[in-house]
Amino acid sequence: MNVKIAFQPGVRTSEPLAGAGKYAIEARNLTVLYHDRPAIRDINLAIERQRITAIIGPSGCGKSTLLRAFNRMNDLIPGARVEGEVLFEGVNIYDPSVDPVQVRRHIGMVFQRPNPFPKSIYENVAWGARINGYRGNMDELVEQSLRQAALWDEVKDKLHQSALSLSGGQQQRLCIARAIAIKPQIILMDEPASALDPIATLKIEELMIDLAEHYTIIIVTHNMQQAARVSHYTAFLMVDEQRVGYLVEYGPTAQIFTNPRDKRTEDYITGRFG
Amino acid sequence: MTAQIPSSAFPEEQFAENLSQRHRTARWMAAVFQISTVFGIIVLLTLLYNIINSSFGLVAWQYRVPPESLAGMPLEELPKEELMRILQERVSANVLRRLEGEKPLEARSQEELYALVMERVVQPKIVKTWSLVDSIFRRGEIMQEVARDYPDAYLRFRSWLNARFLTSPQSSRPELAGVRTAILGSLWTVLITILFSFPLGVGAAIYLEEYASDNWLNRIIQTNINNLAGVPSIIYGMLGLAIFVRAMEPITSGIWFGAAEPATANGRTVLSAGLTLGLLVLPLIIINAQEAIRAVPNSLRQASYGLGATKWQTIWHHVLPNALPGILTGTILSISRAIGETAPLVVVGASTFITVDPSGPFSKFTTLPIQIYQWTSRPQDEFRNLAAAASIVLMVLLLSLNASAVLLRQRARRRIRG
Repeated sequence: MNVKIAFQPGVRTSEPLAGAGKYAIEARNLTVLYHDRPAIRDINLAIERQRITAIIGPSGCGKSTLLRAFNRMNDLIPGARVEGEVLFEGVNIYDPSVDPVQVRRHIGMVFQRPNPFPKSIYENVAWGARINGYRGNMDELVEQSLRQAALWDEVKDKLHQSALSLSGGQQQRLCIARAIAIKPQIILMDEPASALDPIATLKIEELMIDLAEHYTIIIVTHNMQQAARVSHYTAFLMVDEQRVGYLVEYGPTAQIFTNPRDKRTEDYITGRFG
Repeated sequence: MTAQIPSSAFPEEQFAENLSQRHRTARWMAAVFQISTVFGIIVLLTLLYNIINSSFGLVAWQYRVPPESLAGMPLEELPKEELMRILQERVSANVLRRLEGEKPLEARSQEELYALVMERVVQPKIVKTWSLVDSIFRRGEIMQEVARDYPDAYLRFRSWLNARFLTSPQSSRPELAGVRTAILGSLWTVLITILFSFPLGVGAAIYLEEYASDNWLNRIIQTNINNLAGVPSIIYGMLGLAIFVRAMEPITSGIWFGAAEPATANGRTVLSAGLTLGLLVLPLIIINAQEAIRAVPNSLRQASYGLGATKWQTIWHHVLPNALPGILTGTILSISRAIGETAPLVVVGASTFITVDPSGPFSKFTTLPIQIYQWTSRPQDEFRNLAAAASIVLMVLLLSLNASAVLLRQRARRRIRG
């Protein structure tokens, strides 16, 4: 049993594939443990295709842990262990037969702090495609990815300068361009705007809304206005007395923010605690 | 609610008193640090003074046969035939036959014959040397002393560090001795050391940082590497003697490869020395490379994995290029250490007296520090001057190796920063 998705340059959408379920990715009874201590427990969450799903919750509730469970980035943390299932295109990505490299190639990630490679702007975008066996025209791919990330006009004359010469907001958009250059199905974003100023944040948010036409986006954010502004769905996580995170409520953003079913969600959203 | 702390808990007048006390302590500490720096500089200057003082100075020369007695004009202007006549008259028949055997006198140029006359007939000999400072400030006294004690001698200013010193092989006569064999020996040895310890050390560092999990076995390995870095070098010499010189003699002497040099015939070769020094610097290279690899931000690794890179792609494309400047710095320091090492090479069996240049990994060898050590232990004063001059050569060699490595490192760093 293996995730079998052909690499198709030019196909920019994450159309549902044959045999895939209704959802882009689905967590079932997901528990993540660090050194046998659970960080999140029993999460059940089905992410809609081509929508932006925001994960919100107080500090330490395991938002990032949940996000990283979607592309097996927790594998890189010593002592991390996962129970339950994450279904992607009908396959449990934690099945022993699944290669995490293949998972990450289809589920990209953008991190909290912009972390471009200390290489040229061009190389930052091209590298991921190259190592994944891209055979098409690299210049075209780089231009297309940078255009999609709304960065092309700012950098088209200095593609071969160091990526580190860009501003923080530009660097983050470069990281997004880098992630979409390998045509993932899903993009995970871990507080992508928390290190940026309000103007750069706004650009990233506009970009996310554009990208949602083609990609499924899951974003972790501390900023409730941001979640309300950009996301279609919102998942609210809380932390219990043992400091283990759990899912309180999940639904359309409009409903979560205007008419939450759970008292705890309402308290958190209205700023009464957290 | 806790009680309000009264403002009188910070009494004003006591604060002023304390403040001047605090500033006094700060000034005092600054002075201590300054003094220790000055002390270090003084020690360094003393060292330089000592070496330079012995490397230059007046020497009293004496001829066995005064050149004036041989011809009516300066020897170097004499025609070829005259020089040959002098040689035939003054040199014993035995020596003459040997010289003819090496190359017939007629076939030699005028310069070659002049050198032969100087070496075989005139035989200039240094009878006494003075240090640079004495030569400058006590010149009058020295001239009197020479006139009194060595009436035939004449006084010349000599730089012991000269072109001839750099290009001549070792000799038992101080005025002819040079460091060519030692320089070549040092370079050959260090080359073997780098080839052996750099790939091995960086490889081990990659394993320990990127692959090894945090378990008791790897922790023991790590602790041992840290401890090995502090083992006295003479112990590495014993190890090298037992393993490379004795146990692996067929390999280190080159017999296995059919490349043994006739004069060697045992394991005391450049290869053994290089491998021994390689073992000595291996822990240093590993530890420094580990530091450099650890300093590569984790965010880069995550970015790479996030794009679907494998572990090796992450290491090769991101970790190593970013760690390279640090790895090179550590390697430079280790190589400097290897060049200056003496004790293990004495044990491994560096030759104290060879006049033949090392020509490959299976040659007998000597190195600069061994040469310096050997010269300082000679009774004659002149060899001390040679040792000082050789020290300058060693330091210049070290500094130039360091400088080239620093350049290399900066180029690597520029490539990363783009």
